[in-house]
Amino acid sequence: MHPVLLIVFLPLLAAIVAGLFGRWIGKTAAKVLTTGSLFVGAFFSWPIFFEYINGSAGPVVVPVMTWIQSGTLTVDWALRVDALTAVMLVVVTTVSSLVHLYSWGYMEEDPSQPRFFAYLSLFSFAMLMLVTADSLVQMFFGWEGVGLASYLLIGFWYHKPSANAAALKAFVVNRVGDFGFSLGIFGTFLVFGTVSIPAILHAAPGMAGSTIGFAGMRVDTMTVLCLLLFVGAMGKSAQIGLHTWLPDAMEGPTPVSALIHAATMVTAGVFMVCRLSPMFETSATAMHVVTWIGAATCIFAATIGCAQNDIKRVIAYSTCSQLGYMFFAAGVGAYGAAMFHLFTHAFFKALLFLGAGSVIHAMHHEQDMRYYGALRKEIPITFWVMVAGTLAITGVGVEGIGFAGFWSKDAILESSWASGTQAGTIAFWLGSLAALLTSFYSWRLIFLTFFGPPRWAASEHIQHAIHGDHDAPDQEHGDSAHDPHHVPTGSGGYHPHESPLTMLVPICLLALGAVLAGQLFHDIFTGVERGPEFWRGSVAFSRELAEAAETSALWVKLTPTIVMLIGLWIAWHNYIRAPGAADRFVATFPKVYQFVANKWYFDELYDFLFVRPSLWLGRLFWKGGDVGIIDRFGPHGAAYAVGVGNRITYRFQNGYLYSYALVMLLGLIGAASWALWWAK
Amino acid sequence: MIGLNHYLAVGAILFTIGVLGIFLNRRNVILMLMAIELILLAVNINLVAFSAYLGDLTGQVMAMFVLTVAAAEAAIGLAILVIFFRRRGSIAVDDVNRMHG
Repeated sequence: MHPVLLIVFLPLLAAIVAGLFGRWIGKTAAKVLTTGSLFVGAFFSWPIFFEYINGSAGPVVVPVMTWIQSGTLTVDWALRVDALTAVMLVVVTTVSSLVHLYSWGYMEEDPSQPRFFAYLSLFSFAMLMLVTADSLVQMFFGWEGVGLASYLLIGFWYHKPSANAAALKAFVVNRVGDFGFSLGIFGTFLVFGTVSIPAILHAAPGMAGSTIGFAGMRVDTMTVLCLLLFVGAMGKSAQIGLHTWLPDAMEGPTPVSALIHAATMVTAGVFMVCRLSPMFETSATAMHVVTWIGAATCIFAATIGCAQNDIKRVIAYSTCSQLGYMFFAAGVGAYGAAMFHLFTHAFFKALLFLGAGSVIHAMHHEQDMRYYGALRKEIPITFWVMVAGTLAITGVGVEGIGFAGFWSKDAILESSWASGTQAGTIAFWLGSLAALLTSFYSWRLIFLTFFGPPRWAASEHIQHAIHGDHDAPDQEHGDSAHDPHHVPTGSGGYHPHESPLTMLVPICLLALGAVLAGQLFHDIFTGVERGPEFWRGSVAFSRELAEAAETSALWVKLTPTIVMLIGLWIAWHNYIRAPGAADRFVATFPKVYQFVANKWYFDELYDFLFVRPSLWLGRLFWKGGDVGIIDRFGPHGAAYAVGVGNRITYRFQNGYLYSYALVMLLGLIGAASWALWWAK
Repeated sequence: MIGLNHYLAVGAILFTIGVLGIFLNRRNVILMLMAIELILLAVNINLVAFSAYLGDLTGQVMAMFVLTVAAAEAAIGLAILVIFFRRRGSIAVDDVNRMHG
């Protein structure tokens, strides 16, 4: 039996047991079971990964059973393992197991822990199904499975209206993307006659240049298929236009944000583009679109991240921005770099989220950074791992040695410059600018949280804590009703406490990954020699591009480091050297600040374009169609007719004997007349 | 010469008076019972008239049965009426509407 079967199906088993029988087996058993299943998965995943690194394993397909057999459509449950899957297996099982462990501490006080852990394991199963998919339909199964788990976990605290709204929003926005994805699958089946990924990728180059009728026009077959599939990727990976659900998804518990909305699920789109990279390679237009969208998201989300005050939302927009990097890397053809950034990002972003969770835990569920400050001394372990994560995401390093993000982000920027296309060049500049902003908002987060004077006294949550009413762990809410201006300083007599060991151990392990992942694996993922050996055709790795990226000009290589230092300096100037400089900037350019702080008014735009027309249309159908026509002539009309009939017959039932006798007589006369004259 | 038609006319008139007595009487249940007696009497006249006209005694035998039944019916009706009066304190027809749906 191939270990991948255990890796994929143990979490499912654990989820079923913990979810359905959690009440009987108790919360400890449910937690041990789910966490254990993921640790077993991680235990088997790493050896598989190393087998692909040292080249001792080739692509394997493990058949499970036949799923659909209908005419020419055949879909099997089959688990495909190759280098690409191995990377994802390691990412998913490692982060998921650590998040499971972290949740032991973070969700300690929650009354429905078996449900939480069951959802987490269910998510892990769906994600593993997605990354091991051998056919597009199976990938879609995993795709929808992670969407469902995401919905359930965002809305985990279902008694909070905001959490329900966020869960619904995530689900609905993802439907838009999934609609594109399913159209892409239909189209692929139409064109290739199969949904098996290897068969499609094999046949894709032969289809380049052919045309197909779509929406009344003749268009390039591969372009339209790739773009439809990419719409799915945009939805799942929160790219510009379909990104609005991701920041709202922070309503879920923080471990969920770390696992689903940072490290794994949102990278599914990148994974899909890489998995289908031979297909995308056949359409230059599709590649350009991917590059443009990725670069636009990258800079767009980074600007918003600079103006957010909720610690989780800053990291959420950061995730959005980093996903943009991955997409434009894939768009210029640097799939190795895209996957490498996915790999390193999973570690440092999960680390940042879990670190933020630890801060929130320490600060009694206060999430607004304006009420933090001076936490460096109070929670030193969290401080140091958060710094490690920030060093990783901002890409600190010099030639030959550096943190994880240094390697992957440099690889992406160099590749996009080296690709030589117009889109690639623009992506390089936008990416560099975004790197500056990344550095700024990441250090801003650190400085606001851990440095400066304590500003805890003004926080309602801290007030609650001081006065002894412990609120439940589901009291997380972001930029709520706090007065945004003029925050008084002072600790208010509150003493933050460092998180328990179950939370610190996962963060420290992730910190290890954030520090070392780039250093150890950069050659394997993106190297000119090692890259093709490792990927072996599982992604369309371009050796020429890798070579061009490696030999790009010195200033190209130095740009990310320089902009990182500029961003660091701006953050340091604004929040350490001259506190208040940021406020002066806001006062000078209020329009710019408003535009960015309101997230480029995307929510308002969508509200105007889609939400209100839908509500209007819904009200029209409800009031006009349903109530006005169907109800009026259907049930209500029938009931009214019965009422009228009743009022008429009621008159006969007056209880007076002579009335009954009269009716009897009239009836008798009628019957007799009928018998005499008509019924001859 | 008094023939069959005259008897039938008397019967029809009595019947009509009886029926109208039931419908138009709003005051008294006793009047209603008497109206029923009138209707039965009309029936008896018809039976006897046809019996004499056809020379068949069966009609007169039936008339004797009707008389008996009418006597029994009047007795029971009056008995019910007494009970009814004791319970309701009235025998006005307008008060008898317990069958109201």
